Amino acid sequence: MSLSADEVRHIAKLARLELADGELAATQVKLNGIFGLIEEMQAVNTDGVEPMSHPQELAQRLRDDAVSETDRRAAYQAIAPQTEAGLYLVPKVIE
Amino acid sequence: MIDSSLKDIAAALRAKRISAVELATDSLARIAAGNPRINAFVTVDRDGALAAAAAADARLAAGTAGRLTGIPLAHKDVFCTEGVLTTCGSKMLANFTAPYDAHVVSLLKQAGAVMVGKTNMDEFAMGSSNENSHFGPTRNPWNTACVPGGSSGGSAAAVAARLVPIATGTDTGGSVRQPAALCGITGIKPTYGTVSRYGMIAYASSLDQGGAFARSAEDCAALLSAMTGHDPRDSTSLERDAEDYGRDLNQPLAGLRIGVPKEFFAEGMEGDVRAAVDAALAEYRKLGATTVEVSLPNARLAIPAYYVIAPAEASSNLSRFDGVRYGHRAADYTDLMDMYCKSRAEGFGGEVKRRILVGTYVLSHGYYDAYYIKAQKLRRLIADDFAAAFRQCDLIAGPTTPTVAFGIGEKSDDPVQMYLGDIYTVAVNLAGLPGLSHPAGFGKGGLPVGLQLIGNYFSEARLLGAAHQFQQVTDWHSRAPQS
Repeated sequence: MSLSADEVRHIAKLARLELADGELAATQVKLNGIFGLIEEMQAVNTDGVEPMSHPQELAQRLRDDAVSETDRRAAYQAIAPQTEAGLYLVPKVIE
Repeated sequence: MIDSSLKDIAAALRAKRISAVELATDSLARIAAGNPRINAFVTVDRDGALAAAAAADARLAAGTAGRLTGIPLAHKDVFCTEGVLTTCGSKMLANFTAPYDAHVVSLLKQAGAVMVGKTNMDEFAMGSSNENSHFGPTRNPWNTACVPGGSSGGSAAAVAARLVPIATGTDTGGSVRQPAALCGITGIKPTYGTVSRYGMIAYASSLDQGGAFARSAEDCAALLSAMTGHDPRDSTSLERDAEDYGRDLNQPLAGLRIGVPKEFFAEGMEGDVRAAVDAALAEYRKLGATTVEVSLPNARLAIPAYYVIAPAEASSNLSRFDGVRYGHRAADYTDLMDMYCKSRAEGFGGEVKRRILVGTYVLSHGYYDAYYIKAQKLRRLIADDFAAAFRQCDLIAGPTTPTVAFGIGEKSDDPVQMYLGDIYTVAVNLAGLPGLSHPAGFGKGGLPVGLQLIGNYFSEARLLGAAHQFQQVTDWHSRAPQS
């Protein structure tokens, strides 16, 4: 398997990472090296093997639907890049 | 005094031969003198440390002190510390002051340990050399031209250089055991789910696990015992009580069956590492243990499986860094999409971006089964291999790393070469087992070699006990680098 420059550009877009044209070739080479390593997986027959997602395979715990946290909006927004009147500010999305 | 065992420091504190404030002052002075050489700390919290030390002295005077009260400690900068900078080694979080404490941080505060600072690390815990830190590489105290290992390289170097007696770390693919080995100290990663991940900045959630560094297994046991216990705020935290991981320290090793995986002694391991590991195994036999060859036939698949699963989970976890709620935001952008893409491109370093890209690809439509599900199937085979091996032995021993510490810059341009160095550690994370590395001698260039002990689930006390017995008859763990 080998990723083309267009595929690398597409993945970067999906990942919301700006990739300058100057970085593209080097990124492509390194990613293809990594995928070369990953491809070794395909040599092994895993038919009928149950995928393992978690070492302990426990059922997800549910908690009571009760208030457990206090209002810490001010503390959390103090570290935000831009806020106003308790809201996070982002560039205009809807005209 | 910082060079003494925790037991001796605790006794000195109680006998009033030293105060917690004096200990903290000593640790801070050592950091001031030694850190410029090794860059192990991102943040030093002098005021916080002195205040915590004064509180520890009050507890000691009142007779309410625990065994870590007054002991200087460093946290890996992956753990959130309320009111203290928490960077995760990244430009993305270079100005992030955490609004709350990680569970581990709360527990160690309650225990009265005195945090002196936050240690350097590979950005978002992605790396095996500490070269991926936004704050510059940490250097190995044994040879500053060499890496300390990673990703918890700052913690390992700080303990090795005797700046602090104990430090926390995290281990997703070997990030406690590998730097412990390369820096000549002891480090343990417990069973997955033992240490709460609450407030521990996520890399790969099904693999991430907090761990402990100290010079000796005995001190690791004391630190780990204060870090564990059920935490409802982490959905994968096991419903088990905190334990005394020092309970087996004095258990003799007669009759202990140590499995030696033949695959770990094949190609890749350097001769100097092999010599030290063989000598350590001989030492264990002298202590009464027997060694038996075991097989982990799928061990070589651990690296490809890990480098699918970990990046996949990372790409999902790191999507939270969007320049909106916290972290870096680009100065100039045209619209929301541009703000995301620029903020993330500027905030993340090269290795983090590569893993996000790999993870995004393997989770994308049409590739999920071929990569992610395939890797999870291999994960099952790897875990099954360990289960079969543990029917023949009580614990497994082998090298922690294939080589001693390598030079700074030697592998940083070739991610694949860097990844291959994780060959002996990643399988343990995939299976969720506990693993420990302890000093086992020295190799090329006088650099430390680590022996890795791997146990079955919940066998931390047994691993620490075996390492402690080894450390009763060897002095590798007491050797200090020249400063």
